[in-house]
Amino acid sequence: MEETVPADGQMIGEGDFVVLKREDVFKAVQVQRRKKVIFEKQWIFLDNAIGKHFGTVFEIVGGGNLQMKKNEIATTELKEAGADNRNIIDDGKSQKLTRDDIEALKEKGIKGQEIVQQLIENSSTFRDKTEFAQEKYIKKKKKKYDAHITILKPSTRILSVMYSAREPAKICQLRYDTLGQMLNLGNIRAGSKVIVMETCAGLVLGAVMERMGGFGSVIQMYPGGGPVRAATDCFGFPRSFYKSLHEFPLSKLESLITGSYETWTVPSSTDQTPDAKKEENNGSASEKPDPSGDVEDDSRSGAELEAATDTCELENEESEVACCGTGNHDREEKSERKHVQAMEKKKKQDERRIRESETAVLLQDRNADGLIVASRFHPTPVVLSLLEFVSPSRPFVVYCQYREPLLECYTKLRERGGVVNLKLSETWLRDYQVLPDRSHPKLVMSGGGGYILYGITVTRDDGKPNTSKQEKSDEPAAKKIKVEQPGS
Amino acid sequence: MYVCIRIYNIFFLYAVTRMSFIEYQDIIQDGDTAIVYLGHDSMFPVTIQHGSQTQTKYGVMRHSTDLIGKKYGSKVTCSKGGWVYILYPTPELWTMNLPHRTQILYSTDISLITMMLELKPGSVVCESGTGSGSLSHAIIRTVAPTGHLYTVEFHQQRAEKAMEEFRQHKVDHLVTVKNQDVCKSGFGMSHIADAVFLDIPSPWEAIGHAKSALKVEGGRICSFSPCIEQVQRTCRALEGHGFTEINTLEILLRVHDVRTIRLQIPDLGKPLEDQASPASDANDAPKPMTYSQDACSIFKSGVPPRETVGHTGYLTFATKSLF
Repeated sequence: MEETVPADGQMIGEGDFVVLKREDVFKAVQVQRRKKVIFEKQWIFLDNAIGKHFGTVFEIVGGGNLQMKKNEIATTELKEAGADNRNIIDDGKSQKLTRDDIEALKEKGIKGQEIVQQLIENSSTFRDKTEFAQEKYIKKKKKKYDAHITILKPSTRILSVMYSAREPAKICQLRYDTLGQMLNLGNIRAGSKVIVMETCAGLVLGAVMERMGGFGSVIQMYPGGGPVRAATDCFGFPRSFYKSLHEFPLSKLESLITGSYETWTVPSSTDQTPDAKKEENNGSASEKPDPSGDVEDDSRSGAELEAATDTCELENEESEVACCGTGNHDREEKSERKHVQAMEKKKKQDERRIRESETAVLLQDRNADGLIVASRFHPTPVVLSLLEFVSPSRPFVVYCQYREPLLECYTKLRERGGVVNLKLSETWLRDYQVLPDRSHPKLVMSGGGGYILYGITVTRDDGKPNTSKQEKSDEPAAKKIKVEQPGS
Repeated sequence: MYVCIRIYNIFFLYAVTRMSFIEYQDIIQDGDTAIVYLGHDSMFPVTIQHGSQTQTKYGVMRHSTDLIGKKYGSKVTCSKGGWVYILYPTPELWTMNLPHRTQILYSTDISLITMMLELKPGSVVCESGTGSGSLSHAIIRTVAPTGHLYTVEFHQQRAEKAMEEFRQHKVDHLVTVKNQDVCKSGFGMSHIADAVFLDIPSPWEAIGHAKSALKVEGGRICSFSPCIEQVQRTCRALEGHGFTEINTLEILLRVHDVRTIRLQIPDLGKPLEDQASPASDANDAPKPMTYSQDACSIFKSGVPPRETVGHTGYLTFATKSLF
């Protein structure tokens, strides 16, 4: 097998963002030494995974440590099975092992596989079960007692499936296939300049960034104090990806459209010239040895940062009040420290304002290559405003958990003009069990994964409302009614 | 046999300024492939050529004067006074307008395939068959500028036609077309691919070749089949070759036509005001009609089309792991 050495980035490293998988359950974590992680009701340590390949299967041994699973040859000895269940009676006594017996086995540290074997041997009805039923029984028991954990490299596929299953509310019920539609219909690819407005924990942003591979630029529009990027962090993107990521507050959008937005520059009156400041920034960035640490810092929400500095300052003030009576020297030291902190805070604020101004310039070019909206807000005002910044002949995609707001958005876009090929759609996703002679759709399917409205921008007629021709050819309603009426 | 000749220098000469499926241009130029948008669900592709003309139901378009030099997304007035929009080609628009040489995959399935195969810039993908190149264009768009598509098509004419299109669309440096039988000869590559896609009548015969095309450290595979019997044989083959995470999905597109609906309020013999009240609930409801039988409630609805695609194919995904 081992013809070539796997490429770099295929090994699990300390500080890496990974996804744990057990059966169909996923959990995203960061690998840290001596850190307890709870997964599927079990405490585990990931130390032993460091240096192993992504995709490695582990079993949990004593103390929550992981051990690489060896390839075992499945034991398929007895081939005795019943034809049907006419003589199988549910008396609740078919299993000779009691609950206590099983607990005792587990405590002794007996391997899961052996417990399953014991359960089979102590089941009086197992031999009478049909071959299919036996297989089902083993599968069920294995799931409970012989669980394996696979450590995977994060991807949009894994993370969006994970969020869909674990925390659909955090991503506005956006099902993973719907996200897939958005990425393709939005023609998301390397080299584009894309505007993203999302309140899906940063999952949509991460998906867009993965598809762009660090080429081009992403402008994230955020509500409130700062962008949320919890899910984006889970992708474990290289630091270079964040260089092309920009953010801009939604609340300043109107001023940008009307032209009253004031670009912010560093006042020359401060003791540091912008150049010196820039140099210092570069220096501090390159000093940081751990890329993931920086990424986290970079992507932490502005609100969080602000809050953190605020509490810091508050504590400082309190302590100052408390030790008011102490010597003058102490006091001087305190004020010195306070001054430094204030400087730090100001520096951070300045940096953010510079970044914001840079983003404003990017937006003001009004030549974005696409727009992706997926938020808990009403889509209409968001879309109508943001489309101003998109070039003609570019795709846009709007997600909404509910259909009705998109019906309104569709109507408003028609009135506005400047868009063609408007479509409102949803996708249904069906999962299948495929086994010899037992293939069928899975019993449960997702009830809904949201709706998308998409279209293509075109140049708008100056001042003139959309002429009637387009309306007619796009709206088949009138015709259909005529056709249907004679029959009714 | 390679149908492809990689012409890098030509790419560098023109790609910076000319239409390509992997980057946007603002201005329509000679030699471009553009999409003419006539109205609801009515489009066709056109190759822009100096001195050439294109007929539409709104009259003739003269490329030299009406198209070349104009911005993509512009409204173009044709000779009879009607007008159309000229759109920049994307893989999705191409899928809706390409000349069919085979049955093709549509954007709904393609989107799920792209995501579940974890395609991104830099991915190396093996595909068979090339068919009409609908999926190929979407793959190339996603893996560009650092990835590559190796596509295998056993029908020589189709392989050549596909390569011609890739050249025309300025993406030929990102794709290699091979004319051979994937079930017999495989992809002709070993341990290079991050993902493999199969859309052939007997995918189970190609699973072994797919496995050896995938990188040693692993990758993802997808097989598209219309019939469940094909899926069963494919799943068996995948299991036999040690693939894991075997999962079969089906995705269906539901389109909602946005319409304004008027529902008549029945005459129950009640006084007029009472009957008309539901109508006043609606946002832009007109004043109640004088005659009760004309009172109606007006609302917007997303109406499913009378007929819609019920089945395209089953998509079976699996993972090849290092162990």
